[in-house]
Amino acid sequence: MTLAPQTTDDAAVATSPAPSQLKRRPRQFKHHGPDSLKGILVKIVLLGLVDAFAVYVMMMLFMAQSWVVLAIAAAVTVLINWIYLRKGGLPAKYLAPGVFFLVVFQVFVVLYSGYIAFTNYGDGHNSTKEDAISAIQIMAQTRVPDSPAYQTSVLDQNGELFLLFTSPEGVVTMGSATEPMSTVTDAVTDGSGKAISVPGYDTLNFNQIIAQQDAILDIAVPVSDDPAQGSLRTPDGTTSFAFKPSMTYDAATDTFTDVETGATYTDNGEGAFAAADGSQLSTGWKINVGFDNFVRAFTDPTLRAPLLSVMLWTFTFSIASVILTFALGLFLAITFNRDDLRGKKVYRVLMILPYAFPAFLSGLVWSGILNPQFGWLNQTLLGGAEIGWLTDPVLAKISVLVVNLWLGFPYMFLVCTGALQSLPTELDEAARVDGAGPFRVFRSIKLPLLLVSIAPLLIASFAFNFNNFNVIYMLTGGGPRFEDTTRNIGSTDILITLVYKVAFGQGTGRDYGLASALAIIIFIIVATVSAISFKQTKALEEVNR
Amino acid sequence: MSTITAPATTQTDQPMHRRRSFGAWFKDKGWRHLVGVVVTIFSIFPLLYVLSAALNSNGTLVGTAGLFTTIDFGNFVDLFNNPDRPFAKWFVNTLVIGLVTSAATVFLGAMAAYAFSRMRFKGRRVGLLSLLLMQMFPQLLAVVAIFLLLNGISDVVPWLGLGSQLGLIMVYLGGALGVNTYLMYGFFNTVPMSLDEAAMIDGASHVQIFFGIIMRLVTPILAVVGLLSFIGISSEFVIASVVLTDPDTQTLAVGLYSFVAETRSENWGVFSAGAVLAAVPVMALFLFLQRYIVSGLVQGGVKG
Repeated sequence: MTLAPQTTDDAAVATSPAPSQLKRRPRQFKHHGPDSLKGILVKIVLLGLVDAFAVYVMMMLFMAQSWVVLAIAAAVTVLINWIYLRKGGLPAKYLAPGVFFLVVFQVFVVLYSGYIAFTNYGDGHNSTKEDAISAIQIMAQTRVPDSPAYQTSVLDQNGELFLLFTSPEGVVTMGSATEPMSTVTDAVTDGSGKAISVPGYDTLNFNQIIAQQDAILDIAVPVSDDPAQGSLRTPDGTTSFAFKPSMTYDAATDTFTDVETGATYTDNGEGAFAAADGSQLSTGWKINVGFDNFVRAFTDPTLRAPLLSVMLWTFTFSIASVILTFALGLFLAITFNRDDLRGKKVYRVLMILPYAFPAFLSGLVWSGILNPQFGWLNQTLLGGAEIGWLTDPVLAKISVLVVNLWLGFPYMFLVCTGALQSLPTELDEAARVDGAGPFRVFRSIKLPLLLVSIAPLLIASFAFNFNNFNVIYMLTGGGPRFEDTTRNIGSTDILITLVYKVAFGQGTGRDYGLASALAIIIFIIVATVSAISFKQTKALEEVNR
Repeated sequence: MSTITAPATTQTDQPMHRRRSFGAWFKDKGWRHLVGVVVTIFSIFPLLYVLSAALNSNGTLVGTAGLFTTIDFGNFVDLFNNPDRPFAKWFVNTLVIGLVTSAATVFLGAMAAYAFSRMRFKGRRVGLLSLLLMQMFPQLLAVVAIFLLLNGISDVVPWLGLGSQLGLIMVYLGGALGVNTYLMYGFFNTVPMSLDEAAMIDGASHVQIFFGIIMRLVTPILAVVGLLSFIGISSEFVIASVVLTDPDTQTLAVGLYSFVAETRSENWGVFSAGAVLAAVPVMALFLFLQRYIVSGLVQGGVKG
């Protein structure tokens, strides 16, 4: 599956070129020699490896019973073999490996984003309804009153934790969070009759229990396969008690009933069980919600105002970055475009250093320089001033732009220098003869010519800055936070950092659906901008060559 | 090169005095030096700052008063002796992931560019156009879907799913064609077809032409693409941070970010040491191959 087989053959094309091929340009491969033995062997070995991996994957898929994916995997495997075993179809042999990865990890994931954007996928909504029902039964449990205490040992096998129970009657059982309780016969017991170890498992000592106590407290060993039967849990790693679901599920009416209060929770159609008063059980399931995420982005009061200012800032940031870097880069290119300037090379090397510095580090380093309390700028250069370079909304935006200027101007400098040097000098001289001054020559002749070759790069630079995650996230983390919202959104957040925070942010729950919807919005914006710019550039002509 | 564009006097009839007045010198060249010095300071002071912080082992953020007031290597020693933050492993991981990905990227891209440049087939134009379009959409936009896809893969083939470096490389290879093929395609077109045809008449197969002739003649562009993709991958944070969760498998970008994410002030000196070590190889490579990279940049895109 990694590097796909290289192609080797195609003697067949030589013998019978299709008539249609003859009409095209004389670029078919007509006069090949016969395949070398080495080539055939390499091809067979590589294709064999790919097939072996494919069969392995299909076996795993078969065991996981994912029939749709299995069918697709089988189809792809057949396709790959067909491409490389048939005679002819040479382009496909060269394109297939790259296209495979492209389709899976670029095209498919975009379509998948589109699908997720229309679901409520996220924390509390990440599986099917059946999973949610059994999860609720396992999660919502209360201790059975006056239930007996089971003496307990904690065992470990390859990193998975098991609980070993000894009932008051002396019956020894064990189980884990995923394996229901089963009787153990070969357990070793201590003097009091408590089972302490089982062959093949490591018994945790007191210190190890303390070290993993969070994981141990979370273990609920189901009594049987039926979640309604309850589970055993341990509050301290040495004794366990029986817990019964505090919620009972009635499959006939599809409702949960709270055992104590008698409140009933029904499927509210939004991927969760809700009571009549609107309260929901925290575990829900994934459903399609249509345009809800998009509607929410523009109507939810905690989201609407921040999102609009984030969008505005994203545009401001990317356009200002392009203009600033281009202006400084062009100015420098003009300034140093003289052969008789001493030290030109030294300036040049020193000036492109920021560009060679890894981008993710730049943001972090600058965040140290600009840190309001401890930063070098405030402490040393400004003698202990407390200017909020990164905490004041306006200053933070300026700081981000300055840092991005630092990162980006060397690129523009290099590019502009190259473009300037390729301009024909005759134009320059002709204009001078006609009496134009240096500024006039620049404005009316050089700049327009320069823009022809630089414009596509400016557009690419805009598209890049539109999603310039590293600078923002490393420098300010999007902060300072907006005060009028409970969400973690700040005044230097751009759309892509917002997507990341909504999907993977700490503190607030993960909301994949909303994050994907925001990503789709970015897609639409970038697509629109590039569609417009495509018409302006000459890129299309190159393709038709 | 006689292009003088700035609002300065031209070189046309500069009198041949050995000593010009300072004013004339400044108007012609001096201001250029002034600009050069100011911009150079702007360019390098953050780099000097981080180097100074790295060499000052009692340096928290507060302690870094002047630049280079003390110089010792305590931070570097600390850097390699912290089992919770295994810098050496991050370094190796970044190197391995970067090298494997860029090598594969070059290879996949070159094969595709060869097909586009030397063969005529149905869907060629559409294919090139699609690749050109895809350059506009970086993979990190679909990071949520990538995460969920790898999560799904984890259930089937655990060693390719979440937390796996191989899985991450596969994800990166999804972007292999999009950005680079177009760049290579342009370069492949400059190699004359007559070479291929001559070889063909001599009985060479298309594989021999590809590896024996084309790949050798386009080595500069292969180096550029490989280097740019290596630099891009080693700076990539978003996808790597989502896929690699175990500190032992992380890359420099993810690891060094975690260094300062929670406790920016206390770890500053050690972080700086790590930053210097992480940056030096990339910068050295960049400056060494500067000329090639610049030519690639002018044709291609921006640093990713």
